[in-house]
Amino acid sequence: MLETALKGSRTYWIWILFLLTIIGIGLIFYIKQFIVGLGITGMSRDVSWGFYISQFTFLVGIAASGVMVVLPYYLHNYKAFGRITILGEFLAIAAVLMCMLFIFVDLGQPLRVLNVILHPTPNSVMFYDMIVLSGYLFLNALVGWTALSSERKGVPPPKWLKIFVIISIVWAPSIHTVTAFLYQGLPGKHFWMTAIMAARFLASAFSSGPALLIILALIIRKFTKFDPGKEAIQALGKIVTYFMITNVFFLGLEFFTAFYSAIPAHTHPFVYLYAGLEGYNKLVPLMWLSNILAIISLVLLVIPQLRRNEMLLAIASVCVFFSLWIDKGFGLIVGGFVPNSFEKITEYWPTIPEVLIALGVWSIGFLVLTILYKIAVSVREEVGSIDIHH
Amino acid sequence: MSIRRRDFLKIAGVSAIAGIGGVSALSLLKIKGSEASSYIEDPKTLKGKRWAIAIDIQKFQTPEDYARVINACHSIHNVPDIGNPKEEIKWIWTESYEHSFPSQDYGNPYIQDHLKKKPFLVLCNHCDNPPCVRVCPTKATFKRKSDGIVMMDMHRCIGCRFCMAGCPYGARSFNWRDPRPYIKKINPEFPARMKGVVEKCTFCYQRIAVGLQPACVEASKGAMIFGDLADPNSEIRRVLSSRYTIRRKPELGTNPSIFYIIGG
Repeated sequence: MLETALKGSRTYWIWILFLLTIIGIGLIFYIKQFIVGLGITGMSRDVSWGFYISQFTFLVGIAASGVMVVLPYYLHNYKAFGRITILGEFLAIAAVLMCMLFIFVDLGQPLRVLNVILHPTPNSVMFYDMIVLSGYLFLNALVGWTALSSERKGVPPPKWLKIFVIISIVWAPSIHTVTAFLYQGLPGKHFWMTAIMAARFLASAFSSGPALLIILALIIRKFTKFDPGKEAIQALGKIVTYFMITNVFFLGLEFFTAFYSAIPAHTHPFVYLYAGLEGYNKLVPLMWLSNILAIISLVLLVIPQLRRNEMLLAIASVCVFFSLWIDKGFGLIVGGFVPNSFEKITEYWPTIPEVLIALGVWSIGFLVLTILYKIAVSVREEVGSIDIHH
Repeated sequence: MSIRRRDFLKIAGVSAIAGIGGVSALSLLKIKGSEASSYIEDPKTLKGKRWAIAIDIQKFQTPEDYARVINACHSIHNVPDIGNPKEEIKWIWTESYEHSFPSQDYGNPYIQDHLKKKPFLVLCNHCDNPPCVRVCPTKATFKRKSDGIVMMDMHRCIGCRFCMAGCPYGARSFNWRDPRPYIKKINPEFPARMKGVVEKCTFCYQRIAVGLQPACVEASKGAMIFGDLADPNSEIRRVLSSRYTIRRKPELGTNPSIFYIIGG
């Protein structure tokens, strides 16, 4: 099926070329980082994780959210999702690849990465993260590819596939739970030391992921002959709505616990992020932008008449995606390090090389996603089927 | 029997995955006993089950008292002076009372003046229950079973900095770039580090092995007491049982091995 990715319109090739250019720029700066060291980033002794690890965290959520289309389709036989299940699975593949790359570019000694396998350490959460992420990549590649191949041949997918589908459904929440465990079990990191971290991660994942899927489905409809279907998009809209509400509710719980208890170590990171602490306030505008986007998205999502308008749903999805990207793909990691272990403040802001490397990784993800989606769409256009029998 | 290219690739792929997993599983099964024991121990080696240091803060009076201790450590361990606080590398340094013990007495303005103004030496606490060891994905940082020292294998460290996030004492530094150009005078007796690895105080394991006390303790002229907590007759046990001492963030359950003698 790969050959279908080699035939495309002018727009398709311009897009591919564009992504390759950004990847090239990212690669040049990565080589610089490889030679000089992580000193070219904005990270420091006090804020020792930054943009890379926060992108990783956010993208694990996007990857996990694939289950939001796989589950209703395979377990509840929700037919409308039959057309977009493959989009969810392929999005998961691209997202997990980006996660792995973001961990890789964050390593000080990347050539030693195999030490994680050569010296397996079951007391480290990182060990489990490696297992769940690679397992999830394998499951989605297997399920997505096999289902699509069968569809192309016009036959139902093999029966054994169902077992892997069920494993992947159970597996999906585990990748984001384990990722939350990287943070929520660290003594002395008050901002992260919260039992609701994993639940909050899942809520934000299951809203930001489907929101991205809505945007992607609309793009596909605009540029190809394949229509993911109005009903499927509306159903995704409902999923985004409920999980966005849950996410905002969970964030509210964090605020209540911190400010009603009034324990300084617990309130400080929140004050730093949303109001500024002792005159340090670099993240305040971003965090408020996140809040405003969240409010706009909720208004558009909660009122059914607005949500049913596809244009407004698209705007709401963009708002959800960026609101949660700021919240989890930036603030959450930095907030854990401010103030530091000595209750002192060192601020963090990514450098240009750091952002370009990150953009390079995102572009690799989008390149993989584009190729996979191109294959999926080509098969659909070729088969021309409206009703897919799995 | 012919094999189709497609099938070959499938088999090759599965074998590769199984191979990587297999190596992992084998290492897990390996008998635990990877600590270096194949060398002949120096008869002068100091013997102890859990090393600790008590710092008598009253004996640190002038800035020179602190500088002497810090320099003793940093010079023999090739700790670079990068000159940029964001990329700073330090094994032992000073912080105020308020910043060293933030949970002890948060924002108490009525505390004795001499405490408020006094710098406190801070270093790796060589915790009995070290979070950094718990989180390290490669065992590059590990607690030595024989004497409780939290060690660092700079050749195994992948530079993921999970230990830096895990340490509640800010004791760990990362080499954000090659440190060698920033080392004033390289001590050939001790390895210098490369970029991309984490480092910290290792309780002068190399000095203990030849019967010497840690460099900071030696340079402190009696203001720091080094000894074995497991030995009830050690000097440090005598000091701890007779004078009032505190430790940093004891509520976290890490059980630090660095004590601060506050009272008489």
